[in-house]
Amino acid sequence: MSIGRSLLALFVIPGLLYAVPMAWLMLWIERKMRARMQGRIGPFFYQPFFDFVKLMAKRPIPRSSFDTLWMIGLPASAIGALLASLALLPVFSTSSGFIGDLVLLIGLIEVPPLCAVLAGFASRSIFGQVGATREAILSITYNLPFLTAIVALATSARSIRLTDIALAPSGAVRALVVVTLLLCLPVKLRVNPFSLSNAEQEIYAGPTTEFDGPRLALWELAHGLEWVVLTGIVACIALPFRIGSGIADIAFFTLLSLILVIMVTMIGAATARLKISQAINFYLKWSIGMAILAFIIAVLGGVALIP
Amino acid sequence: MKTLNKLVSIARKRSPWLFHLNAGGCNGCDIELVVCLSPRYDVEQVGILLVGSPRHADILCVTGPVTHGTRAALEAIYNQMPGPKAVVAIGSCPASCDVFAGSPAIEGPLDRIVPVDVYIPGCPPRPHDIINGVARAVTILAGKGKDTLNKDE
Repeated sequence: MSIGRSLLALFVIPGLLYAVPMAWLMLWIERKMRARMQGRIGPFFYQPFFDFVKLMAKRPIPRSSFDTLWMIGLPASAIGALLASLALLPVFSTSSGFIGDLVLLIGLIEVPPLCAVLAGFASRSIFGQVGATREAILSITYNLPFLTAIVALATSARSIRLTDIALAPSGAVRALVVVTLLLCLPVKLRVNPFSLSNAEQEIYAGPTTEFDGPRLALWELAHGLEWVVLTGIVACIALPFRIGSGIADIAFFTLLSLILVIMVTMIGAATARLKISQAINFYLKWSIGMAILAFIIAVLGGVALIP
Repeated sequence: MKTLNKLVSIARKRSPWLFHLNAGGCNGCDIELVVCLSPRYDVEQVGILLVGSPRHADILCVTGPVTHGTRAALEAIYNQMPGPKAVVAIGSCPASCDVFAGSPAIEGPLDRIVPVDVYIPGCPPRPHDIINGVARAVTILAGKGKDTLNKDE
């Protein structure tokens, strides 16, 4: 990947310039859909943008310089990791990554949950700590099926380059992997049946309870970018072909991401929050079974190919 | 800078987040406040949210005459809200202590303890009045801290 192309991916498409408006759009769709399904009208499309501006312009409570450092550093590193992982996504057929970018992507998308856990514990608020504990337990649980599914796809594609994986012709494995990833989306995005770590009415805002003003604005933005990245990953590997022209590819990618957002939001609005034991049971019983099945098919398919 | 100030002022008007504190009230006003979020009134369409942490909030909505037990909580919550902030007194209790006036257990009315921006009379006030009061508080909020990004009013 040339430097020019990397910078383009990081700052223009699908990076900063594309991702930030997209994050606000997805946050709006989530709120609007939930409102419509509850029989309300819901906010206008500019709502997440104005929320962000308002929070940025607030005067935060004065704190010690070390507190300020981690309170800005943690959400900022979450945003940085998310933008970097967006730059790695194989949106275009020609965007040739480098060998091992799959490993880097997996590492980068684990940074925001880690930052949330650290933020929750470091805030010393009881609600933050409960939220951080739940986030930590859930992230260990959902990462088992999530990573197994990704490894299964990489095994069937015989590559750890994202572009090769996304475009490899693999039917059954890909279908199972996409279903597994779809099951992992609600818990990774903390929407309803699995909104345990930021359970409102229960532990207020979870890890971000103690964050105010601009620091909270950064977390809101990070959450929006999580929507873009995670739906983007599924949108990228769901279909093993690209249209070819740049604009059509990005339009198709956007359309697929938005369909995923609507799906996840509808599940979120139609369900109630589970207990943490129920959530863990769900992932350890159903998702991991599907992921292991995909992995077995991928390995067997490879064995059959090798003479 | 002028454009930025204008944008911030609009943003403050369009996304007021409320924190609700019951300072010893009878729960009548609290129910009327929560009704504002229901499908009939749906205040989220103008960006109003009820948040759980005072650090996230712009407007403090207080119901009830302030009792001995709630005074410390009220002061702590008010001081933990990032500025610019506004205080709305919902119902007759925080304005005048209503039927509780003269009781030895009462430290109110509210404006003895924190500065109040908007009073919403009624026992309890109707949801329309609460929305109207919050709208007035939002206008006050947008005017507060004209020097935008920092500095106290």
